[in-house]
Amino acid sequence: MTPVTSALTLNRLDPGEYGTILALDASEELYQRLVALGLRIGKGVRLLRRARFGGPLHVRVGTTELMLRRREAHCIRLSNGNPD
Amino acid sequence: MKRIAMVGMPNTGKSTLFNRLTGAHAKVGNWPGLTVDLLSAKLLIGDQMVHLVDLPGIYDLNGYSEDEKIVTTFLAQNQVDLVLVVLNASQIDRQMVLLGQVMRLGLPLVLVLNMVDEAAALGITVDAERLAAKLGIAVCMLSAKYGQGVEQLQPAMRSALRESVNASAAKSASAKLDEHELEAAVKSSVFVPAQASHALTEKIDRILLDPWLGLPIFFGVMFLLFELVFILGKPIQDAMAWVFAAIRSGALEPALSGLPLFLRGLLLDGVYNGLSTVASFVPIIVLFFLCMGLVEDAGYLSRAAFLMDALMARFGLDGRSFVMVLMGFGCNVPALMGTRVIRSRGLRLLTMLVIPLSLCSARMQVFVFFIAALFSAKAAPLVLFSLYVVSILSAMITSLLFKRRYVNNDPFVLEMPPYRFPTLRQIVLRGWQEVRHFTHRATRFIVLGVVLVWLLTNFPLGAASGGADTWAGQIGKLLNPVLSPLGIDPRLTIALIFGFVAKEIVIGSLAVIYGQEGAALTHTIAHQIDWIQAYSFMLFTLIYTPCLSTIATIVSEGKSRSFSALAIAWPLGLAWLVSFAFYQAARHFAG
Repeated sequence: MTPVTSALTLNRLDPGEYGTILALDASEELYQRLVALGLRIGKGVRLLRRARFGGPLHVRVGTTELMLRRREAHCIRLSNGNPD
Repeated sequence: MKRIAMVGMPNTGKSTLFNRLTGAHAKVGNWPGLTVDLLSAKLLIGDQMVHLVDLPGIYDLNGYSEDEKIVTTFLAQNQVDLVLVVLNASQIDRQMVLLGQVMRLGLPLVLVLNMVDEAAALGITVDAERLAAKLGIAVCMLSAKYGQGVEQLQPAMRSALRESVNASAAKSASAKLDEHELEAAVKSSVFVPAQASHALTEKIDRILLDPWLGLPIFFGVMFLLFELVFILGKPIQDAMAWVFAAIRSGALEPALSGLPLFLRGLLLDGVYNGLSTVASFVPIIVLFFLCMGLVEDAGYLSRAAFLMDALMARFGLDGRSFVMVLMGFGCNVPALMGTRVIRSRGLRLLTMLVIPLSLCSARMQVFVFFIAALFSAKAAPLVLFSLYVVSILSAMITSLLFKRRYVNNDPFVLEMPPYRFPTLRQIVLRGWQEVRHFTHRATRFIVLGVVLVWLLTNFPLGAASGGADTWAGQIGKLLNPVLSPLGIDPRLTIALIFGFVAKEIVIGSLAVIYGQEGAALTHTIAHQIDWIQAYSFMLFTLIYTPCLSTIATIVSEGKSRSFSALAIAWPLGLAWLVSFAFYQAARHFAG
């Protein structure tokens, strides 16, 4: 699905790592929700932690902290590092 | 009367502001075409009464979620004279999108930037005047929780309402801004430091969401809450039951002694018992929502969702469902009401279908009686434990079977708000609102149900109460072909009919049915049925309809006839199957 050139997605980050959002490969509905919670293209996102047993991810974007399942995180393509 | 609607994202403190403005006068009301209740209240602004409506928190006006449809339906079908857009001041950069969407509706609006205390703690500053000038609308910065700045809202709403008379002017002033202009307006008047994070929240999360400690702490917290609600609730419930009994024997029975026997029975055993049943839930509901309010407002509920999601997702549920199902082991009624925090309707209904299978404390009383009567002291704890296992298994089977029917169509992307100290006012108001909600919706239903069961177990005239000649007894006989394969005889069937009202009265009803009490009743039952029948009866009691109050809550919260029908029929069917399988197998192997 995702092109080989930018294989980095949010679910691949290690806890503590940053990324900058390149694209959201999401359905219209998910896209809207992600944007509403601040996950917009060009924004920096940091993975804080993963829940055990394949549970959700805890991330921070701007001043908002949120959790999302790994499947949803897979839709968020990143480039390495923080924009700022 | 003019109408003001409140619109905002989840976790912006919109409801806190609503409560701050209206106090305890809010009413829960039905609106045409909506599947949820909305809180609304009358509010005096200047010299005119207005109607303030709190709409559900939404991320997007053009969105797909249930709540988003509710808000758009409401705004389309009702006349709204003013919209209060409530945003979280510390997240203004991302929440501005919603303001833009509301602006495009062309309705007069006032922007409220809430949680200024938190924004200040993060070092975020907002130049409200500049923002107001750029947007062309009034901007109020306030803290709904602590009340600071709320006084600006009155004059702002008053002048906005005055302008709304020539609404076209307001429209042209604000509708022109597109997304880029909005962003520019925010950029020029809001300063967010580069490293704005909640330091304390980070520290607490490091412990509470620890990969090893997180789950044990979560179960510890749940255990404490459970103890708090139900250990504290029990004596209060008992005290209320005592007061109701005292009123009955001290005042009502003497006062009604002149009435014919059946009318007295109808009033006392029907209507009055129904009312006292409703009242017996009040302390538990208050305590439950005091605790849930604490957990939710403090921000721990979303952490629970985080911790439990890996397991619950397999069952089509999420971590919040888990909390409610767990609390259902104390009492199903407040747990069902508590599912309102789940905003996806499919997920909420699935959770509501599962909760009544939790072995609540009322069912426990029945089990303790039967276990004591038919099992040795050594086997007793094992038997009780096995019933808990059955309760959990039936919940799992139910969610697996129905997760495709009640699909959670909301994307699982939830905000994790920073930890907050809820105020006492917030929590108490919540408990009060929930109790009013329950009594308002359930009283008539429960009283009618209790009266109906009283009629069934006392009519036709002249039949011994709860006896074989009553209508209930006749139903018992009629059901015999269905229930005898489970080892449940007509007398126990009458007890099940009583148990439909509340499990607390099952033992009392057995006393009436068998005409004996206390040790004599235990003795008789131990002689009339064997352990296989008793266990089968307990299985049935565990799984079938928990009580009238649960049904009343399912009906009023679910707002769907087909769902209510399923929520009654499925447990009945499952109870029958499980009891049948057990009874036939046990008879076959144990004789």
